[in-house]
Amino acid sequence: MDWSFIISTTLLAAFGIEAIVFGLAAIGLNLQFGYTGLLNFGQSAFLAVAAYSLAVLVSQMGFSFWVGILVGIIAAILLALLLGIPTLRLRADYLAIVTIAAAEIVRLLLRSVTFKEWFGGSDGINDFSRGFYELNPFPIGRYTLGPVSLSQDQLLIIVVGWTLVGLALLVTWLLVRSPWGRVLKGIREDEDAVRSLGKNVYLYKMQALIIGGVLGCLGGFVYALGRQAVNPDFFGTDSTFFAYAILILGGAARVFGPVLGAIIFWALIQGSDVILRSLIDAGVPVFSLMTASQAAVIRFILVGAGLMILMIYRPQGILGDRKELALDAR
Amino acid sequence: MPDSPDAGSPEPTVVDRKAEAVAALASVPRVPGAPKPDPILIADNVVRRFGGLTAVDVDHVEIQRGAITALIGPNGAGKTTFFNLLTGFDQPDTGSWLFEGQNLAGMPAFRVARLGMVRTFQLTKALSRMKVIENMRLGSTDQAGEKLRTALFPFAWRAQEKEITARADELLTRFNLDAKREDFAGSLSGGQRKLLEMARALMSRPQMVMLDEPMAGVNPALTQSLLQHIKDLRQQGMTVLFVEHDMDMVRDISDWVIVMAQGKVIAEGPPDDVMRDPAVIVAYLGGHHDKALTASGVSFTEENEA
Ligand SMILES: Nc1ncnc2c1ncn2[C@@H]1O[C@H](COP(=O)(O)OP(=O)(O)OP(=O)(O)O)[C@@H](O)[C@H]1O
Ligand SMILES: [Mg+2]
Repeated sequence: MDWSFIISTTLLAAFGIEAIVFGLAAIGLNLQFGYTGLLNFGQSAFLAVAAYSLAVLVSQMGFSFWVGILVGIIAAILLALLLGIPTLRLRADYLAIVTIAAAEIVRLLLRSVTFKEWFGGSDGINDFSRGFYELNPFPIGRYTLGPVSLSQDQLLIIVVGWTLVGLALLVTWLLVRSPWGRVLKGIREDEDAVRSLGKNVYLYKMQALIIGGVLGCLGGFVYALGRQAVNPDFFGTDSTFFAYAILILGGAARVFGPVLGAIIFWALIQGSDVILRSLIDAGVPVFSLMTASQAAVIRFILVGAGLMILMIYRPQGILGDRKELALDAR
Repeated sequence: MPDSPDAGSPEPTVVDRKAEAVAALASVPRVPGAPKPDPILIADNVVRRFGGLTAVDVDHVEIQRGAITALIGPNGAGKTTFFNLLTGFDQPDTGSWLFEGQNLAGMPAFRVARLGMVRTFQLTKALSRMKVIENMRLGSTDQAGEKLRTALFPFAWRAQEKEITARADELLTRFNLDAKREDFAGSLSGGQRKLLEMARALMSRPQMVMLDEPMAGVNPALTQSLLQHIKDLRQQGMTVLFVEHDMDMVRDISDWVIVMAQGKVIAEGPPDDVMRDPAVIVAYLGGHHDKALTASGVSFTEENEA
């Protein structure tokens, strides 16, 4: 078995584009769900509108990279308003229903034949990232970080991505330790109590939905630029639920929970995949019965089982506080 | 507001607000909907129906400023619903009510609270996964740091936070919760939660507090201190409207009692008068029992504990 390949693949997954994209998505969800109790099941739509705004504006309309980013962020804000205005006054479950449906609508519109001219149908769009990589300050070459070797473009997106994660964490940290963040936590616990204390709960929920959506949409940019392509099927409900799994794994309502969760989640997913494949290639008895594509499925079973075990023995997630979680029962 | 609600212990009284309240109410006729000399709250024609059931149907009621008014009535009389309507937590089918001369009908709950009318809930709403002190801090209104644009800049709200914390600590001490300051509110006992909810409501410096069964589930020792806290509120110039089933407590602390039954106000008056009112006894015990009980005056505490 090629251990250096296994390790470098796992490390690249743990700190690469996937971890960044889902880390950002989960940071946004953390503000919405972890701190405010909003059930946004459409986080992938926030990533989608951002990624596609960038792709469409740059590739189909000839705008610059920065215009694409700006419009992407505005699109995420508009999406939050669109989802929030009709639902945030209602019971929490309405937001869940509306967001999950809206995310599917967004994905189906993006991959529809009708709009193929604009969004590229199920093939997506792939010629929009040059403007970004032209800004690359790293000279052309290979960069070796421990066992991992990266091109200057890969290095750029990883550096930019983790910088965004750092900024998103900083914003979250500043917000949740402020009196504003205290109102959010109060809403999560009991919104009528918070209302009785003179806070405009609707406004706070809307703000949390927007900020969480914008933080998540940064993940959409990283995805689009890192892959140098956007594809509608990435923005399905699985992506949203990966982000939830990551958030719960790392610990909801903990600033670093989503990032730790993303690193571990992707290390497990990719690590188990390469290990299984290596075992198959090496002809290890039991494993050689499997094909590589079966292994790709089995790793999800393994990771799922791992998550179940974690939820049984550590339901609060890795960074969570068990005492705090136990209070819920009362 | 005549006095700041968090001003120190009012024990050595300069003015006796109880005597004041009783004197002001002395000449008020003992009839439902009686006009008060200085009403802080006036409700007219407030109706709330749930399908075929008319939960609240109040023609006219006035609450005297600076007094402790008890709202009593059998289970299902509509007391909580009336509270919900007045504080904007529920919308009436018809009706209007003025608080300090301002019409509150249709106003969202958070605005009602900001105007100085705060309420607590029959089913206590402690914010479980927040510390007791954070529960308290949340109660304070007009916090700069609660605005998104200032939240990111701690220097913009740190001073106010300190002032709020000092006030919160003072109230926690007053309500014997200072030892629980750093505990999660969810770890408090039922009675302690009642105390916390009341203390938290006071953080907003209200003019009027509406307490829905503040004594329910509180042990007798704690009840005494709770009663004292409620009297303190009056002493600090606040108006108190509270729902309670225990007639001994009602008699002990209230200056005026309003009785509701089947959504309507059926009687009003000072505690002793009201408890002798045959209509009240009928409402509580039903038509069959009145003969036996009117003779002896009233003590329907037992019925309520049943
Ligand atoms: N949301 C609701 N839907 C339907 N009926 C309701 C609702 N809320 C209250 N009611 C009904 O309205 C009536 C008044 O209820 P309310 O809770 O106001 O009584 P209450 O006087 O507070 O009683 P208690 O002393 O038991 O707390 C009851 O008959 C109740 O069943
Ligand atoms: Mg009630």
